[in-house]
Amino acid sequence: MKCRRCKAPALIDVRRHNAAFCADCFVHHCQEQVRRAIHAFDMIQPGDRVLMAVSGGKDSLGAWELLVDLGYETDGLYLGLGIGSYSDASGRYARDFAGPRGLKLIEIDIPDEFGFDIETAAATVRRPPCGACGLSKRHLFNQAALDGGYDVVATGHNLDDEAAVLFGNVLRWDAQYLGRQYPVLPATPGFVRKVKPLVRLSEREMAAYCVIRGIDYIVEECPMAEGNRHLAYKEALNTLEQTSPGAKANFLFSFLERGHERFAGDAEAERVELVPCAVCGSPTTGEVCAFCRMGERARQRGDRGDRGGG
Amino acid sequence: MKVLLRNPRREVEMPGPVRVSRLLETLGINPETVLVIRNNTLVTHDERLEEPDTIEIRPVISGG
Repeated sequence: MKCRRCKAPALIDVRRHNAAFCADCFVHHCQEQVRRAIHAFDMIQPGDRVLMAVSGGKDSLGAWELLVDLGYETDGLYLGLGIGSYSDASGRYARDFAGPRGLKLIEIDIPDEFGFDIETAAATVRRPPCGACGLSKRHLFNQAALDGGYDVVATGHNLDDEAAVLFGNVLRWDAQYLGRQYPVLPATPGFVRKVKPLVRLSEREMAAYCVIRGIDYIVEECPMAEGNRHLAYKEALNTLEQTSPGAKANFLFSFLERGHERFAGDAEAERVELVPCAVCGSPTTGEVCAFCRMGERARQRGDRGDRGGG
Repeated sequence: MKVLLRNPRREVEMPGPVRVSRLLETLGINPETVLVIRNNTLVTHDERLEEPDTIEIRPVISGG
């Protein structure tokens, strides 16, 4: 195969674009996709300070480099989740990325700073580990951004992630979630803007970007994610993609262009008055926010020596 | 050819020469879900693989 842009031998084919690229042109392609996403959805304004949530994986590390290369002032935030050797390794990948590039990496270790780990927290609140992890991330990313004076939190959610979430929301016809699903969540009192600059790039493109750019990332899957619904949705969508290249992008972007607005009212109707959490001060619907409640119960469980698993 | 697979990490021996697309089909792997890396360089699906290439089939799907 030849590169679509320069006709040199290609390294990576992208079937949904009916194209293949050499290394340099593929990097240009990824930069253009991110630039277009940022512009189309008004994600980042000139002068904004961006906090990139990094996990040590391909998407977040690749996104961090893309944002920096596109000229955005971007620091990284790594959360230690206390998932044994997986967390140790993922933290190392984040540090090894930031250090040589002279990028600022903020680190928050949940077991050290809050006294519990994700597995225990999940068992405490009887949620899947990914639920407890997501709750912790949303809370701590936002809090760190507010504390550090950042305008935007960027996450590494890619086209496949967003298509899988949409697939799940449609399977349940969850109107409120459909109304909220968008590549930008605007800032509201107590919450910074959240953006997903990789929404136009697939997981395969992000993995290829990291290999081409020499970004070392954690390839192993999080041990807590095994068997989660999100992975099953991705598998179903990739089966469709194999026979209909572009199906995932079409599903997601047709929704964003023509479907999302129809559910905006459902998301709006869900809004309730928020008050400061009695423990941490974050906006919440009750007296104590979900993160602080989960943390308190997980610490009690930990004190009893009763860890995750039942 | 030595072919490295991940999650779980394991190595299998496959006969060559063979095109990337054919190798993935033989192994029952959806090409949308992996990268194929030959001697540390990415290869496209029409590329021919042969001895003594070392091939890594790297999954790209994450559950987060």
